[in-house]
Amino acid sequence: MSFSVAAPFRQSGSFFALAIDTLVQGFRSIRHGRFQWREMIEQAWFIASVTILPTMLVSIPFGAVIALQIGNLSTQVGAQSFTGSAAVLAIVREASPIVVALLISGAGGSAICADLGSRKIRDEIDAMEVLGISPLERLVFPRVLASIIVAVLLNGLVSVVGVMGGYAFNVLLQHGTPGAYIASFTALARVSDVVVGELKAGLFGLVAALVASYKGLNPKGGPKGVGDAVNQSVIITFMLLFLINFVITEIYFTVDPSRSV
Amino acid sequence: MGVEVKVEGLTKSFGRQVIWEDVSLTLPKGEISVLLGPSGTGKSVFLKHLIGLLRPDRGHVWIEGNDVPRVSEKQLYQVRKMFGVLFQDGALFGSMSIYDNVAFPLREHTKKGESEIKNIVMEKLELTGLLGAEAKLPGEISGGMRKRAGLARALVLNPEILLFDEPDSGLDPVRTAYLNQLIVDLNAQIEATMLIVTHDINTARTVPDNIGLLYRRHLAMFGPREMLLSSQEPVVRQFLNARRQGPIGMAEEKDAAELEAEKESGEELPPLPPIPPQITPTDGSARRTQREPGSWLREHGVEPPPGSFTGPEGYGESAAPTAPPASTTPTGRASKSRSRSSQSEETGDSSQNGGRSSAPRKRTAAGARSRSAT
Repeated sequence: MSFSVAAPFRQSGSFFALAIDTLVQGFRSIRHGRFQWREMIEQAWFIASVTILPTMLVSIPFGAVIALQIGNLSTQVGAQSFTGSAAVLAIVREASPIVVALLISGAGGSAICADLGSRKIRDEIDAMEVLGISPLERLVFPRVLASIIVAVLLNGLVSVVGVMGGYAFNVLLQHGTPGAYIASFTALARVSDVVVGELKAGLFGLVAALVASYKGLNPKGGPKGVGDAVNQSVIITFMLLFLINFVITEIYFTVDPSRSV
Repeated sequence: MGVEVKVEGLTKSFGRQVIWEDVSLTLPKGEISVLLGPSGTGKSVFLKHLIGLLRPDRGHVWIEGNDVPRVSEKQLYQVRKMFGVLFQDGALFGSMSIYDNVAFPLREHTKKGESEIKNIVMEKLELTGLLGAEAKLPGEISGGMRKRAGLARALVLNPEILLFDEPDSGLDPVRTAYLNQLIVDLNAQIEATMLIVTHDINTARTVPDNIGLLYRRHLAMFGPREMLLSSQEPVVRQFLNARRQGPIGMAEEKDAAELEAEKESGEELPPLPPIPPQITPTDGSARRTQREPGSWLREHGVEPPPGSFTGPEGYGESAAPTAPPASTTPTGRASKSRSRSSQSEETGDSSQNGGRSSAPRKRTAAGARSRSAT
């Protein structure tokens, strides 16, 4: 096997080609009334079912840990009543997108990749193409939309559950004042933070589904290839999502400097 | 009516590995053709080029004036509607029942009502012997049944070109015989151009009108069946008779030293076995594209191997064969079933004239086939 400098570029090129083709064909299918509602809803339900419980079980400790840390610090400087607001800020702005990224790529993306990969090695995808059906329109686009919807909803879930977890730990363990915790929400956090968080989550869903689909549709031969593809898709998605998170946060702070105070 | 497929100068390589170069052949319309070759010579890859699933490095695939590798998406969609493809293992959609799988192309491409769809689907399922399995999922049925379901799905739109990717792999000899008979019957009915990619020599010797052999990264030969079955060309001879002596080795090819050693060992090449008669459709009529046995041989002045065109004795009523007398001597027939190098075939009869009034032929069935000794 020769080492080729062009190979990574070729891969990224194919990936972008797939992404663009999917979106173009997908929107065309919506326009012509051919959109696969059933497939999208089934996939959305499936991704949700594999991510809801893990999400909650991850958000509670996450939120709690953040609240504990902040609570500790704020007690020392006498700003205990601001624990709530700092915790909310951290959870809604940063923890939420991270948890969503981890779960959408780890749980949702791997499921999509494995599904498409196993179909590919059984020639199902080829059979579809030969029967004149575009697999991008029929399989990938509904999964992309489903992933976006579920990611956005998950983000809301993480925010709420995380904040509740923080609340519980701060009030119960650190003897904070419940009223102060909730009242200080709006001291630092704003609605725009939530909106940006949701936007991030939507983008994560899009990227995770596209990368998973690309890897799933191009496994390198046999069942082992599918396993490798799943592995690679999860890792690549992780890296991409954290990068996107960083970029969007920076853009957000540049666009609205008041938020970076 | 079938459609002609003309392949010109097709070349394909994956990375630096050349699969084959400069493959040119024409699948005549309405005829059954078989593509053979040692394992790994890229026969399935060739099939995929015909439907545009892969693009060649060079070359053309002409179907009704369209050059498949170069045609637009929309045109490709139209061209693909002419095809029916049976993939290895059927390539059924795993989440749908057999009925839904077979009905899928109808629901996609036609506006037929459900009851009409049901009629068509049931007819095709009965044709392939799958009645009773409609509600099952592909994961719940055997490999042979999956293949047959895949075939039913390929047939449902009455295609002009049918491609079979190793249809007999994993099937026992009896089912293979049934499948071969089915293929011949289909060709008689819908007159589609058919291309079968297979390893099975018995299929290759009895079913197609044309045979092609891929070897050493190019097309060794492609032509009417009698041309290849009587050919003295070493590769063709070795492959079609499943022998160890010859240019094809366990690995891709034997090197010069091995060939020298073989020559020196003085092993005589066994004589060419007799050319078996072609399978005829069950109802006894001749297919439009079936040629009279021995006609090509006569046209080209080639002497057929002794005992050609005779069926196993006592099998199927045959009107007096009108094949050239040189090849159907009674002694040839009698000794045929005993000679080790003979290949007895399912249905007998060499005379292909239409309107035959002899007794209905027995269906190909178990028992009477014996493989040639290798």
